[in-house]
Amino acid sequence: MSKEYNPQNTTEAPPLTKKIFGMNEYQWMTFRQKMSPLFFLAPALTLFCIFVLFPIFQSIWISFTSWNGFGAMEWVGLKNYQDLFVDPAFYTSLINNALWLVLTLFAPVLGLIIALFLNQQVFGIKIVKSLFFLPFVINLVVIGLIFSWFYNPDLGLLVTIFEVFNVDISPFLTNENTATVRVILASLWPQTAYCMILYLTGLASMNAEVVEAARIDGADKGSMLFRVIIPQLRSATFIATVVTIVGALRSFDLISIMTAGGPFGKTNVLAYFMYQEAIFNFKMGYGASIAVILLLFMLVFISLFLRVIVKGER
Amino acid sequence: MYPAPIQKSKLGWRIIYRISVPVCLVLWLLPMVAIVLTSFRGNADIISGNYWGWPTELQIVENYTEIFNPSRSPMLQYFVNSIIITLPAVFFAIFFSAMAGYALSIYKFRGRIALYTLFIAGNFVPYQILMIPVRLLFNQLGLLDTKFALILFHIAFQTGFSTFFLRNFIADLPFALVESARMEGASESRIFFGIIIPLIRPALASLGVLLFTFIWNDFFWALTLVQSDAARPITFGLQALRGQWSISWNLIAAGSIVGALPSIIVFFVLQKQFITGLTLGGVKE
Repeated sequence: MSKEYNPQNTTEAPPLTKKIFGMNEYQWMTFRQKMSPLFFLAPALTLFCIFVLFPIFQSIWISFTSWNGFGAMEWVGLKNYQDLFVDPAFYTSLINNALWLVLTLFAPVLGLIIALFLNQQVFGIKIVKSLFFLPFVINLVVIGLIFSWFYNPDLGLLVTIFEVFNVDISPFLTNENTATVRVILASLWPQTAYCMILYLTGLASMNAEVVEAARIDGADKGSMLFRVIIPQLRSATFIATVVTIVGALRSFDLISIMTAGGPFGKTNVLAYFMYQEAIFNFKMGYGASIAVILLLFMLVFISLFLRVIVKGER
Repeated sequence: MYPAPIQKSKLGWRIIYRISVPVCLVLWLLPMVAIVLTSFRGNADIISGNYWGWPTELQIVENYTEIFNPSRSPMLQYFVNSIIITLPAVFFAIFFSAMAGYALSIYKFRGRIALYTLFIAGNFVPYQILMIPVRLLFNQLGLLDTKFALILFHIAFQTGFSTFFLRNFIADLPFALVESARMEGASESRIFFGIIIPLIRPALASLGVLLFTFIWNDFFWALTLVQSDAARPITFGLQALRGQWSISWNLIAAGSIVGALPSIIVFFVLQKQFITGLTLGGVKE
């Protein structure tokens, strides 16, 4: 607790007489200030611990058990992980996750191209930008339905348009080996919109003097873009890339709507594979072990992101 | 400005640019255009396979009233559920995270950076690592398959991101404001409600818009925490109705548009707040 009030070496208020919980008013105020962060943090922290923090550890623990969700839990040690590492379905999911990761990285690139294309001041450009951004606002269930309809190999608009040009696109739309690519292309739609808006904001807040100086120095178009513009956009690139990667690892909604992991589990990713094992096959322990692997992958990117943020704080 | 203003280039380029912008826009929104057009079509066209030709009849009103007809589909219920879930979840997530953000930026207690880091990290964990324990917990509380479970979970989960978001705003406020208020003898909660909250109102609006779309668009937790029509939000409802409507693509299309519309409206009305939120919710460098 704070020191006794001493009138000799302070210029603060005169001695206080009111006593609260055996403290004078000054002590009471300091006490309240000390306890305040706890009070302000309590609701958020309690909920966060109950629904986010604690479940992570509980999942890790469940991953060492065999459990169907309602009966008794049985400790099996590393068995779930041993099973996982010889399960072909696990490797299919892993490969698909890698494919997602690589292909969705087109989103920042495409987003930058569209942003550069739209970064003009002409009549109506504002509404055009908003409309380009629209896919990001729509939920992924609807995006999945939209693309299921768009891709429909018998009646969809895509196949109809290609028919006009006498091109048969149906192999791409029906081949089971391209199914994952189809889903990823659908996910690029909202993701590109998101990256585009980050780049548009980045372009708007760019240091105009640097750009002008480079122009006066006669920088050609290529070196202008790669040496002046893109380096200035690196914070937008960083966020776009991290969010895109995390989104790719999290991909679930579109797969659930468009393919449900099929055909024959060919479009499965870790997130959906885990859901299937836990909810449909009642293999909670096995499901939890998949979730732990997914978390480990994610932690690589989370820690990268956190290092950048926390560095700015110190 | 980069690229160079189009006004400075040759007339030919200017014309090409003015034409290519709307063309690209239509191509970009083509999947969307397809579903909107389909939602206007009559059953006769759908049955005869006339999906993209000139429509023989327009059934705009019929299609949209059909999906909202309670005796034909529970769509209306799903829609109401989504509202009942989203609004309180957004409110409390903002409220609790404003408090937490205040604590993390005004008080210099030990471990505050660790706590702040924890909130950000929590926002990025895969849902699957939480799924089994959260379901188990709600089951034990007897809350599985209720709207309340979804509200509670969304508040808890979104608190991580929101605290991160608001802490940055509050940390940017001049600390002298808080100090002088303390000198005047204002209590800590008085400072929070009377000074901080009014000052961060723009940030609260941005966050609110973002959270609205995040929670409205949630599918995973709806899928794993609820089952009955009484609790299903629209995202999960749409997936269920798709099976029921099977090949009535005009109805699926209309339902999809209704499911997407609230987020779209919120975005267009509060566009400035939305984009500010999106960019500031990232990293400050």
